Amino acid sequence: MINRTESALNRKFDLLLAMEEAGKLKPRKGNRAMRKMFNNKLALVGLVVFLIITLSSVFAPFLVDHDPQKIDLRGMLQEPSSEHLFGTDKTGRDVFSRVLYGGRVSILVGLGSALIAAFIGVGIGSYAGYKGGWVDLLALRMSEILMAFPQIILVLLLVSIVGQSLLNLIFIFVLTGWGPMYRLTRAQFLSLREEEYVQALRSFGLSTSVICYKHILPNALGPIAVNITLTTAMFILAEAGLSFLGLGVPLNIPTWGNILNVAQDLRVLQNYWWLWLPVGMVISLFVMSINFIGDGLRDSADPTQQG
Amino acid sequence: MVDDIALSVRDLKTYLYTNNRCNKAINGVSFNVLKGKTLCIVGESGCGKSITALSIMQLLPDLSRIEDGGITYFSEKGPMRLDQLPRKGVEIRKIRGAEIAMIFQDPMTALNPVFTVGYQIAESLRQHSVLNDKEIKLKVIDLLHTMGIPMPEVRMNEFPHQFSGGMRQRVMIAIAMSCNPKVLIADEPTTALDVTTQAQIFTLMDKLKQEHKTAIMLITHDMGVVAELADNVAVMYMGNIVEAGTVEDVLRRPKHPYTRALLASIPILGRGRQQNIKAIRGSTPDSYDRPKGCSFAPRCDYATQACDEMPDEIYISATHSVRCSQLEAIS
Amino acid sequence: MNNHTDNSNQLLGVEAKPNQALPADPNEKILALRDLKLFFPVKTGVFKKTTGHVKAVDGIDLDIYKGEVLGLVGESGCGKTTLGKAILQLIKPTSGAVYYQGSITNQLPIDLCKLSRDEMIPFRKNLQIVFQDPHSSLNPAFTIFGSLEDPLKAHGFSKKAERRRVIGDLLVSVNLHREDMDRYPHEFSGGQRQRIGIARALLVNPELVVCDEAVSALDVSIQAQVLELLLKLRAERNLTYVFITHDLSVTEYICDRIAVMYLGKIVELANADDLYSHTLHPYTEALLSAIPIADLDRRSHRIILEGDVPSPLNPPSGCPFHPRCHKRIERCKTEVPTLKAVRSDKGMHMVSCLLSE
Repeated sequence: MINRTESALNRKFDLLLAMEEAGKLKPRKGNRAMRKMFNNKLALVGLVVFLIITLSSVFAPFLVDHDPQKIDLRGMLQEPSSEHLFGTDKTGRDVFSRVLYGGRVSILVGLGSALIAAFIGVGIGSYAGYKGGWVDLLALRMSEILMAFPQIILVLLLVSIVGQSLLNLIFIFVLTGWGPMYRLTRAQFLSLREEEYVQALRSFGLSTSVICYKHILPNALGPIAVNITLTTAMFILAEAGLSFLGLGVPLNIPTWGNILNVAQDLRVLQNYWWLWLPVGMVISLFVMSINFIGDGLRDSADPTQQG
Repeated sequence: MVDDIALSVRDLKTYLYTNNRCNKAINGVSFNVLKGKTLCIVGESGCGKSITALSIMQLLPDLSRIEDGGITYFSEKGPMRLDQLPRKGVEIRKIRGAEIAMIFQDPMTALNPVFTVGYQIAESLRQHSVLNDKEIKLKVIDLLHTMGIPMPEVRMNEFPHQFSGGMRQRVMIAIAMSCNPKVLIADEPTTALDVTTQAQIFTLMDKLKQEHKTAIMLITHDMGVVAELADNVAVMYMGNIVEAGTVEDVLRRPKHPYTRALLASIPILGRGRQQNIKAIRGSTPDSYDRPKGCSFAPRCDYATQACDEMPDEIYISATHSVRCSQLEAIS
Repeated sequence: MNNHTDNSNQLLGVEAKPNQALPADPNEKILALRDLKLFFPVKTGVFKKTTGHVKAVDGIDLDIYKGEVLGLVGESGCGKTTLGKAILQLIKPTSGAVYYQGSITNQLPIDLCKLSRDEMIPFRKNLQIVFQDPHSSLNPAFTIFGSLEDPLKAHGFSKKAERRRVIGDLLVSVNLHREDMDRYPHEFSGGQRQRIGIARALLVNPELVVCDEAVSALDVSIQAQVLELLLKLRAERNLTYVFITHDLSVTEYICDRIAVMYLGKIVELANADDLYSHTLHPYTEALLSAIPIADLDRRSHRIILEGDVPSPLNPPSGCPFHPRCHKRIERCKTEVPTLKAVRSDKGMHMVSCLLSE
């Protein structure tokens, strides 16, 4: 017999061996990728937190009675209480309902921009990566130009040109966000188009769009999906940062960033913690949860992990 | 003679634990590798021949282990149990490269593209020998020359991508032979090469064997290679050696149904279009779902009830062994 | 060669005249390659100037007869795979012609190289390919049915029930089950996937199938299964195969005629039996002698070639094989041999070697 050092791995192996001998282990039906996702504890936690925050924002009217816009100058700057869970702000508005309603806009901007940018980037990247030629060259150069600008500068520039509004912000995010998505898809397609099943489809004379969008794209979706989650997180942070600076969504519409805007004032930071701490934590938790989900998605596509 | 044995493997069992399941990749395998002789391990994909080599070198993937059995290396200092050495320990690293060397299948990826060829050969020497830099350089040139690479002084400073496939494999062999190992394990060394290059590599390996009396363990799926190079043969199927013996025993007088079926299914050059090629029916079973008893039974024309038990190894001559319970029926 | 009139490049739909002046071939020709060349430009430098060409296919003249199995044999880099794809117009040839004379054009020859992408589509029905790698030849994201139904849709099968019937029939003819069409590629073994690849090639009833190293990636015992299958299908459907491989033992068993390629040119072309019993070209000799034979009574006397295959960027002067040839003479360094027929009672045997002239 072999001398075995006691280690967790060895014990796990012994367990697997025993189960296999007893015939307990069978080939698992169902999607292996889903199984690995759910095995990843961190990703599950992320998913739960994400759902809680998103659903709370979506169903905000059912969860809070206070109108987030309602000004009540007599009740301003109250500390958190059972009536106002996060207290009230400088104009007496209930912070908790502002956070919940603000979430709607922030998540809309973040997720919405990411999805639109993905749609455009993947759409162009598929065709360009597969076909090459001048379409690819043009898109490549355009994306390089856009990606070369630091986002803040670009936003400032565009805000001064088109003005400040929710739609404009989404427009700007999409403009700066489609580039990386396009390049990622293009890279995937450059390698996938050499696969033999693609050549077989060409040997039948199938059209380029059918080959690209119907046959190759499902195989490229893995990294794209991961990238969408990470881009969403990035946009949420970007919106928060920009609105905090006053450059993002106009101040009359509540967003997480706008709520944070008041924290520019040192006195607020020192004395009225409920105005900025809860919002900040919600943003952090949300972004972290999205990152965990993204990690889980990436790991579930990785064949070398135990799964 | 016991003196002739360089490496001895007894009842080796290696199990792989990926995908949260247990794959009994090698299920009780025994063989000897003799000095100055070539042992060919033949089998198709999935039979476990590569895992055997990795088990000997303690290079198994993380999610696997040697369950049982012993691997004994007969070094100058006496026999050493390789399976009991810790995988990442100092002792096994001293043995790898210096006493037991391995060459891999794909020469394109086995060499590091950012270091020169001379540097990579020298690395092995720096690690295992006490030569100084000047002596190492001379040895590298000498090795390249022995391997048949023209202008070795110039070529040792070139990078792998500047060499062709056959040359790269020769460089691999040079690295492997640099410290004069007692045992050389070659895992399908010519599968990725052209036939004419293959011929060159085989001539080279034969020459090395004669000169250095290296014990060679050659893993292949090509029966032609076995006929050309092997002194002894072990035929593997699904983790077991089903037949073993000298090359005359196994190729001229195959007894196991799998060996016979395998030999009958390959077109042999020179026999023309009239030759009778018979495919083996069915296909290799899933590694996780191995048949009880003899793994070949579902595809075997001679299978009976008795084959539900794993047959013992039967010696039909001093050198020739078969793992089959239906030997009378076959003869 | 047939009369090549200006009509030959018109789109189909034109009333095809019954063929006149067909040469007396023992069999009908289905494809005729004339001086086919495929050069890949090599671009170096910042401005991507074309500094040279990789001469992958360097002037091929070849006739392919209906119903035969023609082997294209050679080592890596000889251009056999590129030639296979060039015939099917999967890669556009640089120059030369591929004349098709089959059922679509009613035996009238048409140069496929001159057709546009859309004009080529009806011909794609008749010229199909089976690939080498069973693991990437099927789309992992689709079921077998999903992968196979689009080609049928593109060639006129508009009803789903009809598509299912056709695919089911094909799967049965390659010794799989009808239900297998709803499973995913990863559920099949390598040999089974290769059989699905063959079924795919037969989807729209081709006349000619290019088998590009179709058995090379399979286990030896499975190779025999697939070879048996290919021969059975040929008999049933009157197919023509262009069988590309590097394994001369397999070609001896399955091919009628064999063309040996070296550096983009055909060096020897003969009936299978003749090639093995009366080898004329030194390269073919060396190739045959290098093959390890699984027969202890036949240890070959190996001819070991010097050096490596030269780069197709810079082929040697004169005969491309002369630097490595064990039979070379002075003339070989300067004169370029051409493929010429040598009188043989076993059918035509062509060789490209100065020693045979």
